[in-house]
Amino acid sequence: MVEAAAFYILAALILGFAALVITAKSTVHSVLFLVADFLCVAALYVTLRAPFLAVIQVMVYAGGIVVLYLFVVMLVNLKRPPEAHSDPRRLSRLGVVMAGAVLAQLIAIFAVGWAKPSAVEGTLSEQNVEQIGRALYTDYLIPFELASFLLLVAMIGAIILSKREL
Amino acid sequence: MVETVIVPLIMIVTVLAAVLVTVMYIVLLERKVQAWVQVRLGPMRVGPHGILQPLADVLKLFIKEDITPARADKWVFTVAPIIVLVPALIAFAVIPFASGLSLFGMDIPGRIADVNVGLLYIISVAGIGIYGIILGGWSSNSKYPLLASLRSSAQLISYEIAVTMTLVTVIMLSGTLSMVGIVDAQLAKGWWFAFMQPVAFGIFFIGGLAETNRAPFDLPEAEQELVAGFHTEYSGMRFAFFFLAEYANMIVVSSVATTLFLGGWLAPFPNVPALSFLGLVPGWAWFMLKTFGFLYVFLWVRATLPRYRYDQLMRLGWKWLIPLAILNVVVTGLLKVLV
Amino acid sequence: MITTTHYMVLSAALFTLGVVGVMVRRNVIIVLMSIELMLNAVNINLIAFSHQLQNVVGQVFAVFIIVVAAAEAAVGLGIILAFYRNKETVNIDEMNLLRW
Repeated sequence: MVEAAAFYILAALILGFAALVITAKSTVHSVLFLVADFLCVAALYVTLRAPFLAVIQVMVYAGGIVVLYLFVVMLVNLKRPPEAHSDPRRLSRLGVVMAGAVLAQLIAIFAVGWAKPSAVEGTLSEQNVEQIGRALYTDYLIPFELASFLLLVAMIGAIILSKREL
Repeated sequence: MVETVIVPLIMIVTVLAAVLVTVMYIVLLERKVQAWVQVRLGPMRVGPHGILQPLADVLKLFIKEDITPARADKWVFTVAPIIVLVPALIAFAVIPFASGLSLFGMDIPGRIADVNVGLLYIISVAGIGIYGIILGGWSSNSKYPLLASLRSSAQLISYEIAVTMTLVTVIMLSGTLSMVGIVDAQLAKGWWFAFMQPVAFGIFFIGGLAETNRAPFDLPEAEQELVAGFHTEYSGMRFAFFFLAEYANMIVVSSVATTLFLGGWLAPFPNVPALSFLGLVPGWAWFMLKTFGFLYVFLWVRATLPRYRYDQLMRLGWKWLIPLAILNVVVTGLLKVLV
Repeated sequence: MITTTHYMVLSAALFTLGVVGVMVRRNVIIVLMSIELMLNAVNINLIAFSHQLQNVVGQVFAVFIIVVAAAEAAVGLGIILAFYRNKETVNIDEMNLLRW
């Protein structure tokens, strides 16, 4: 009962904040709604028994990536008049396309039934962090090293891109 | 029902009340300590030796006029103090104050929650507090707060990296992210982690000073430089929130340092039987003693050291503390494997 | 009773909101933020399945997605800043020349 209530409230908040992100007039408000959205997603992960992912979501996404967005928004928030909100022709054309796409997705989910409960295939222990750490360092070591390499390259790239003169 | 809802609720109320009262008296203590260092007496009028000064301060802040600048962004201006205060308070949910108490025939745990990822939880909510500072400065629509908030948040995210690296070494020693587990690991090893990891403790202390915008790293809120920093345009209760949040952050950093490096609720040398008479002092008393000791050093440093210039501050964070912290992690790892 | 299907529907809705944001808004920063929404939708799906199958691989994959999102945000914002320095705009309709 509590779980159902938690899910519905969190789902409503997530979708509500996401809608506000894409429709807010001020970019800073959009960024704030994005932060709120990520915090609600982290809460959802907690209800899904993934506490490590929840704190990583808050630490990296909400506390790192979106701070970066906020800094850039403040740097480009300027003397030019704000952009016209959105193109009306695009909106109506898009609306039809999107409605069709959502309909197709929902039909696929319910009809094909991918989410049928299957036999339990593994074990999620209480020691969530240990299990993830073990998986990262044994089975998924190569993707882990590649991910660290990717971060290094991204860091160097971001520094070079934002220098005034190479 | 009682165990899962009522007891934590009472603990939450107790902890919040204790934190708020402690914050008020830390403010008084700071003024007194600075006064004594400067060979004067500090607040003496309100109550004997100024004991009731915090009540006077709170009353004053309550009844002050609440001004919102003309072209400030109203919603963000209102929400910024809340974003700064809430993370500072919810970080207390995972800090263990004692190993357990027996009251009214029930075993009350010494902490509000023992999460498997307790330490990461504290780091993540500290990251959320940065938003309040950025937004407070930006939404004031005024030069000095904007500059100060950008400087302050850049300082915070720089020193957050060094502090997180030192916490990695503590995790390597204790093998668990749970705060209670870290204190138990110190009990098992017989040494406080401050003795096993002195470099990490030093970096954590310096990083903690920078994370809470305390001297000598308080350029973003120094009166001589930027009026009052990011909270220039705030008055009344909103300013009180920023003020409360800064001191609550100080208490969080001290409590985390106590738990991670100074043994939490353990007596000194807990495994030595000759000193077991120290066990007569209850765990929560040791915790408070250590936390206040750490806080006192914060106040002492403020009264003693001159301020760092901003570029010196950033250079210290990026070019000295981060490499040192990473080197510490590498050396700890090597020692763990080879020794 | 909350089944995995509930999480899949939530994820589909969030993904759709992200796509709408990318296609309709003209501020390039909002476009990037909508991409983050899409990545989050995928993450919710992965964690829900990890919970259903009681397997930790879903969470590991979600960690990698977060890493990629961080790298992409950093580089994307760097590109926006470099572009802004040259042309003073963040309107994606005006970013239409390779050279000027």
